[in-house]
Amino acid sequence: MSITPQEIKKEFFKSKMGIAGITILGILILTSIVTMITIPVETFQEWNNPENWITYPKTAIPIWVNLISIEKLPEHKILENPSIEKASNNEINLSSHQFGLNFDYDQFPNDFIYSYSSEYSESPLLQMSVIRPDGIKLEIISTSLPYSNLKIIHEDRIFSTDAMIKKKISLQSDLFDFEIKKLSSENVIFSKTTSNEPLKGNYIFSVNLYEIENSSEIIESNLIIGGKAFGIMGTDELRRDLAIGLLWGTPLALFIGLVVSIASVIMGLVYGVYAGFKGKKTDETLMRFNDVIYALPALPFLIILSVTISNSIFVMVGFLMIFGWVGIAKVARSMSLQIKTRGYVEAATMMGQKDSKMILKHILPQLLPYAFASVAISVPAAITTEAGLSFLGLGDPSFPTWGQILHDANTFGAAARGLWWWIVPPGIMVAITGLAFVFIGNALDAIINPKLKR
Amino acid sequence: MKKYIAKRAATMFGVLLITLLITIMLVGSNMDTILKQGVVFQVRSEITENSAIVESFSSVQEFESFIESQTQQRIKTLGLDEPWYSPQRIGLTMYKIILLDFGQATFLTSDVGSTDVKDIIFEKLPRTILLFTTATILISIIGIFVGALSASKIGSTIDRITSSFAIISSSFPVWWIGMLMIFLFAFTYQIFPARATPDIPASSPEYFGALLYHMALPLITIVMIGFGSWAYLVRNFMVGIMQEDFIIAKKAIGIKQSRITYTHALKNAAPPIITILALSLSGSLGGAIITEAVFDWPGMGRLYFEAITVMDLPVIIGATYILTVFFLVSIFIADLLYGYFDPRIRTSTE
Repeated sequence: MSITPQEIKKEFFKSKMGIAGITILGILILTSIVTMITIPVETFQEWNNPENWITYPKTAIPIWVNLISIEKLPEHKILENPSIEKASNNEINLSSHQFGLNFDYDQFPNDFIYSYSSEYSESPLLQMSVIRPDGIKLEIISTSLPYSNLKIIHEDRIFSTDAMIKKKISLQSDLFDFEIKKLSSENVIFSKTTSNEPLKGNYIFSVNLYEIENSSEIIESNLIIGGKAFGIMGTDELRRDLAIGLLWGTPLALFIGLVVSIASVIMGLVYGVYAGFKGKKTDETLMRFNDVIYALPALPFLIILSVTISNSIFVMVGFLMIFGWVGIAKVARSMSLQIKTRGYVEAATMMGQKDSKMILKHILPQLLPYAFASVAISVPAAITTEAGLSFLGLGDPSFPTWGQILHDANTFGAAARGLWWWIVPPGIMVAITGLAFVFIGNALDAIINPKLKR
Repeated sequence: MKKYIAKRAATMFGVLLITLLITIMLVGSNMDTILKQGVVFQVRSEITENSAIVESFSSVQEFESFIESQTQQRIKTLGLDEPWYSPQRIGLTMYKIILLDFGQATFLTSDVGSTDVKDIIFEKLPRTILLFTTATILISIIGIFVGALSASKIGSTIDRITSSFAIISSSFPVWWIGMLMIFLFAFTYQIFPARATPDIPASSPEYFGALLYHMALPLITIVMIGFGSWAYLVRNFMVGIMQEDFIIAKKAIGIKQSRITYTHALKNAAPPIITILALSLSGSLGGAIITEAVFDWPGMGRLYFEAITVMDLPVIIGATYILTVFFLVSIFIADLLYGYFDPRIRTSTE
């Protein structure tokens, strides 16, 4: 027990496990910091707001799967920066937005959505067409915007399922060698002319707004080509980008794990040391209370507490602490009983030092190595318990924790539908975070209890 | 020894009462509302079903006031007019619960259709015990064997694999592995059923066989995740013992290594191992909630989860009580075993 902090540090960096643990933890902390800086806080506050995710695809696989698999699934593309052109010849004003798209996949896209806002008066004409890799220019839609006397700003979305698009395309059916009547519009637009297979290459979508005499323009527009692959981590049933959820889960898990374990260790340490140091009646009473908490079944109680009192993440941290300090208090008590009998402590008692000073100066420092090991060892339990509660749907719904993501995955039957990217990454993140602390804890433990090392 | 047992038993009973009290405190006000609503509903249906009484009223108002007075009377006779936190009512509730009278469930029923909470719980309990006791026994057997093996060859490949497997498996949540197992072995490769609830009625003779088949996937998962940390624990106990003088002496005499490991060392490591076995048997029951929810195993854990989702308070209280009783009994047994094997514990608390 007489190991100095320097020795512990030296020994710790000698152990492979310790270094591995610290490295993983370092990466996780770095991830958290980068996440908190780069991803705006609003994104995760909007986690449960479906409006925020409307432009994203439903249950899209991660894009990197395309690198491995033979059949390339179409990527979901949100084209936001069109090249803008304006022209006018006295009478006719033209405002045009053009989107370039490199389509290189073996399946047709799911759909496409064009959303725009335009400023005009009277009733301009909106035309959308595409120039395909084979040079064919296909008219997609041609419609006039609702009439207005005054200058207004009009916002709208054009969906690929629009009946007008279908009609316009069927008028050009002689370009294709096959029957296109029953096909959806994206399956025609992106199709080869000879057979109904995806045509690879560069597409240029252009949207023109014509107006006579009055000036009108498209202020903003974007084109979404709905695909089956999106982002590094894919999306879930509610179109949420899982990468954001997973990244934000990291600081949340570290916060829960560290706060719970540090607070419980401090509580347990102080409680146990005080009981052991005081002895007699105080010890007896305190330890009986400790027994009571120890004998409470933790998970059922956590469930009842979260249902009846509050499921806010901060309250939950408090609940987890209630059950966390008990075991540590027991060990701390027996350790302080041992230390109490040492010569220098007895000498200090005889000199008439105050209790508080005795505990702080002579006993607690001796327990510090043990305390650090306990912090590290109890973090994974805190994280998995929180994840478990969230998984049961009892967590704080306003924060995208890993348990929360898994809960949603389970609710939407991700396992049955083969949506592995919704199940695997959150669990791996939980495990890796736990592993980092287990490594650190075990390395520390081996230093403190040299008997295990052999 | 007797005094020690009595003292521990008294503490445990005290803890049980406190647990019960806390549970009632937490759900009490909700419970009260639900009970009163139940009375109103009951009175109303009793009266409307009896057409003779209904016809004797001349106006709706009269009818309503009659129901009102009847309800009040009923509430009074049931003792519900006092606030739920009055000592009398809490005392009565606790007394009833200790005698296993949990009342009627609000929403949930047993497979046979009974709404008596006691029936529901005693229908689910054996299934949980079947799954988790089997799992715990398998885990401990494999764990003790692998642990002893790696303790006898410290630093060997087997030892290193065991230790790292233990550490890695301990940081995976069992229920997540469960989801993966369902994904892999129920949907991708359709070997096992995805839902652990057999779809044939409980009364048919094939039910038990079907239950065992449905049990396979959860059982494999629990054992797979569980045995590593057991092995590691056993290994650490054994390593401590292997360094004792008497083992070294035995080695010096020339007794075979395997004999030393499996008889002398294991025997000395038995007390803590048995104690932990007692604890983990009950611990598994509590931890079963999430695992059962994932596998849809029709036991106590899923019952608890369902009760929480629909806020069926009598079931919640009943299940919490039963779980606590199990937990306390096993802590008690573990305590006794520990005291039996290690006399120092006994004497210090006496």
